[in-house]
Amino acid sequence: MTATATSKPEVGTARLRKEDAHLVTGRSRFTDNMVLPGMLHLAMVRSPFAHARILSVDTAAAKGSPGVLDVFTGADVAAEQGSLPNAWPITPDQKAPAHPAVAVDEVAFAGEIVAVIVARSAAAARDAVELVDVDYEELPVVMDLEEAYTDKVLAHTSLESNKSATWVFDSAQAGTGTDVDAELAASDVVVERTMYQQRLIPAFMEPRSTVVDPTGQQITMWSATQIPHILRLMLALTLGIPESKLRVVAPDVGGGFGGKLQVTPEEVITVLAARRMGKPVKYTETRSESLQAAHHGRAQVQRLRLGATKEGIVTGLHVDLLADMGAYLGLVTSGVPILGAFMYNSIYKFPSYRFECHNVFTNKAWTDAYRGAGRPEATFAIERMMDELAVELGMDPLELREKNWIKHEEFPFTTVAGLEYDTGNYEAATQKAVELFDYDGFRAEQKRRRDSGDTLQLGIGISTFTEMCGLAPSRVLGSLSYGAGGWEHAQVRMLPTGHVEVVTGSSAHGQGHETAWSQLVADRLGVPFENIEVLHGDTQVSQRGLDTYGSRSLSVGGMAVLAAADKVIEKAKVIAAHLMEASEEDLEFANGSFTVKGTDQSTALGEVALAVFAAHNLPDGVEPNLDSEATFDPVNFSYPHGTHLAAMEVDTETGEARILKYVCVDDVGVVVNPMLVEGQVHGGLAQGIAQALYEEAVYDDAGTLVSGSFVDYLVPSAPDLPHYITARTETPATSNQLGAKGVGEAGTIASTPAIVNGVIDAVRHLGVKDIKMPCTPARVWHALQEAKTTGGVQ
Amino acid sequence: MIPSAFDYAAPTTVEEALSLLAGADSAGDEVKLLAGGQSLIPVMKLRMADPSLVVDLGRIPGLSGITDDGASLTIGAMTPHHTVATDSLVLAHAPLIAQAAQTVADPQVRHRGTIGGALVHADPAGDMPAPVLALDAVFNISGPNGSRSVAAADFFQGYFTTAVEEGEILTGITVPKYGGWGSHYEKFTRVAQQWSIVAVAAAVRLEGGTIAEARLGLTNMSSVPLRATATEAALAGCELREDAIAAACANVADGTEPASDLNGDSAYRRHLATVLAKRAVLAAVGLSGRKG
Ligand SMILES: Cc1cc2nc3c(=O)[nH]c(=O)nc-3n(C[C@H](O)[C@H](O)[C@H](O)COP(=O)(O)OP(=O)(O)OC[C@H]3O[C@@H](n4cnc5c(N)ncnc54)[C@H](O)[C@@H]3O)c2cc1C
Repeated sequence: MTATATSKPEVGTARLRKEDAHLVTGRSRFTDNMVLPGMLHLAMVRSPFAHARILSVDTAAAKGSPGVLDVFTGADVAAEQGSLPNAWPITPDQKAPAHPAVAVDEVAFAGEIVAVIVARSAAAARDAVELVDVDYEELPVVMDLEEAYTDKVLAHTSLESNKSATWVFDSAQAGTGTDVDAELAASDVVVERTMYQQRLIPAFMEPRSTVVDPTGQQITMWSATQIPHILRLMLALTLGIPESKLRVVAPDVGGGFGGKLQVTPEEVITVLAARRMGKPVKYTETRSESLQAAHHGRAQVQRLRLGATKEGIVTGLHVDLLADMGAYLGLVTSGVPILGAFMYNSIYKFPSYRFECHNVFTNKAWTDAYRGAGRPEATFAIERMMDELAVELGMDPLELREKNWIKHEEFPFTTVAGLEYDTGNYEAATQKAVELFDYDGFRAEQKRRRDSGDTLQLGIGISTFTEMCGLAPSRVLGSLSYGAGGWEHAQVRMLPTGHVEVVTGSSAHGQGHETAWSQLVADRLGVPFENIEVLHGDTQVSQRGLDTYGSRSLSVGGMAVLAAADKVIEKAKVIAAHLMEASEEDLEFANGSFTVKGTDQSTALGEVALAVFAAHNLPDGVEPNLDSEATFDPVNFSYPHGTHLAAMEVDTETGEARILKYVCVDDVGVVVNPMLVEGQVHGGLAQGIAQALYEEAVYDDAGTLVSGSFVDYLVPSAPDLPHYITARTETPATSNQLGAKGVGEAGTIASTPAIVNGVIDAVRHLGVKDIKMPCTPARVWHALQEAKTTGGVQ
Repeated sequence: MIPSAFDYAAPTTVEEALSLLAGADSAGDEVKLLAGGQSLIPVMKLRMADPSLVVDLGRIPGLSGITDDGASLTIGAMTPHHTVATDSLVLAHAPLIAQAAQTVADPQVRHRGTIGGALVHADPAGDMPAPVLALDAVFNISGPNGSRSVAAADFFQGYFTTAVEEGEILTGITVPKYGGWGSHYEKFTRVAQQWSIVAVAAAVRLEGGTIAEARLGLTNMSSVPLRATATEAALAGCELREDAIAAACANVADGTEPASDLNGDSAYRRHLATVLAKRAVLAAVGLSGRKG
């Protein structure tokens, strides 16, 4: 046989997504689509109060309601429900309240579950909710983060303080830099600001849903989750069910953004209900419940001090952070601010740095990972501060950044936060962005509008960024007291027909793994893209995995897939050599075939697969299979970076801020599928812009979520967003063999400060120094009025 | 999001619908008329309304559509927003109403939601009441004692409350033709598909290069839509210059009581009304430059 002709490499090709056909033709299988024989339905009775003692729960009327089979309270399941897990105790003395799935004595946020209805239909369950009579004794609430820090009102009666933990990084103590107080004291300028990260709601498209079938050998859970593997382990630990008796399936999942990186009360309750009834049980939340009780994100107050010489060389950064945990610690709630701790110095060479974080409880829904988790907050703070410093120094904000960033020839570079950045080229990305944007042209137009006093003012928003993603080297996670590792697992199985099954532990929920993994394996094994099937999201199929978050899938999960594919080639080589009666050393593998060097004698991988299946003629001691598995633990994070520029137009009459032009140049290393990367960038930008201009979870003083529907929680849609100009530079990562970096969070991280810097740049000459997010028209207009009455002084 | 159980009736005549309303009323049951369902069904799903009987007006012929009455148009209550926005008679004789209908929600909602439902629902942030008020439409109401007409000025009575009594049905509105008037509905929102934060409906008649007559309706500046009569008077005789029009609109918020919410506080809304009134009038007279 002759070797097949070299085909175009798959890696780098903008393939349409394999997974889309079934999604866009309505053949999707979301959890709520599951219907099992005899299946029962749940409805939750939730507390309307943000903080109250539960005096009694009368379920008699609800139990008598038509179609209702059971009603249970926290007291009824107190012995078996355990406490929901927090896998990231950031300090040994971290304080946290017990977190039962169904509240027993006390509720600590509005929306907390106090009783559960089990009925024959979802309608019957819903009807009975109103019939449960809960007697509450209202307790004082603490809603404001800064006030919570004072401990005047306690969010939980069981705790003596609202402070959960304090975590400190100090470059002088760590030996990564000098002492920040000394540096700032000796600085020519020190800029001091407080920034507010408003509370956000992940607002995934598919509300959370769980089905549990307790019949059969294993208890099977289908759930709209990002983390089937972690969920299975955590359910076992929480409920004391042997892990081997649990199977978790994440079928089609409609988005997560970190919001489905959780072990939820609703999942635990569905298991409890199914066990009580001995029948399959389903719970699907309403959108109102989702907004109220699925975890929120961000919610921090950042007190910042940035020092510099008058030439614009930064001397040090001091970050004093309050992080709102909400009422409880979810899976990684406490660690989210810590993920930001290493990123405040961003792409810059700061000689000194101190980060001090106080995690604080309030009577709001608990916070946890939301796209970017800690890193958007950090990037926002430093990029806003760099703009403020530029103004203070009378320097162009791009020039100030360039003076301080790590030059491309200085990599690998150990930062003041102690991370080793492998590669990067900030000059290249910035130069490309400036060219695509027409920076000088916009500055000229800005001057023209300022001079003429135009009602439509123009601002240029800049944000550079880098982030640590590809979570994560297991040893690093260990040093941060995280409760698990950061590896990923994969299997590659050659079928007798030459088709391939790839099993991955990183479970996709909309990202396009099936397409990207197929492209990786197609190139590596020389098998057509169409002949590869990617299997995931079911602990019976994909037995090991650590799931999808932290922009980890390609740089960790993808590497496991490649390693497993390489093992298949190694195994096949032995057999191919045997079949061709050649020595292994003389074989070359390319384009799916083994060739005896210097001859035209070759055997295709598919032929080897068939021979292995028949097993008629294998070398002695060789097992008849071409299956392999690999577990990849990264040696470092990956550090994508980029430069984003936004031209913002502010209507000074209405306060409305509009995006005239948005340019982003991202460096995500080697790209497997440019279209998937583009999709991630677009979606990320939309979510970051949403934080800058639109979204905010707002509670009233009594603790009710005011932004409790999409009428008041404003998620922008396509008509609200500009036509993005996206481009890339490609500086390969050295921490993995492909050179890939993460892209899932990049857009979200850089766009928020770019937009806000642009809004403020547009009105700074009118006396405005800061505007809280989201920069609503009303807020911008009020800021302008205030600046007018204070005489427009800076 | 499951409503309470309810009975459903789909009458084919107005009389039949009225007798269903009367029957339910005497039995003490709560009954709701269903038009496009775009406001009623969401509140039922949230269980903020749980009628025991829902009477669907969708099968009654003659309640939907636009007729030319000579000096006026009659728009049937069941006419969907999309039809109102695109109908040639409305576009020719009452374009202000068509323009407002075009700003309602998204295409799906505009195809199901009706002008009658929007007017009876009377949400302060709803887009249909202010233009209808500005154009002095007449509301045609059928009830157990026959039909009656209510002037627009008397129709909107309070927060979500209109002159339509229990047991009555709005069958349509009659709008005088405004030949030769310019008009514009200026709606301010934060995202493309949103209820009005504030909106201003303006219709203007020119004579010899100045404004002869103006009609202004305000959306979401109070619990009910408002006519800005003082500003209308200030605009009469106004020259077609931006500064003159701005000056005439400067006090448009006098006497209004807009709410404060997450989209803006009351002071902001009062300011916004002056900007939007100026822009609405400028656009109505064909003077708007760059979109503000
Ligand atoms: C997502 C979304 C966005 C929206 N955005 C906007 C917007 O931007 N601007 C805007 O103005 N509106 C908006 N709406 C509301 C929309 O305009 C509705 O169509 C309208 O408010 C109600 O009309 P309907 O025909 O759907 O009435 P229904 O919901 O069927 O009825 C509304 C109320 O009126 C009563 N009713 C209906 N018809 C009659 C009648 N003929 N006689 C007596 N009583 C009657 C009903 O009993 C009910 O109480 C939006 C709605 C949705 C769902």
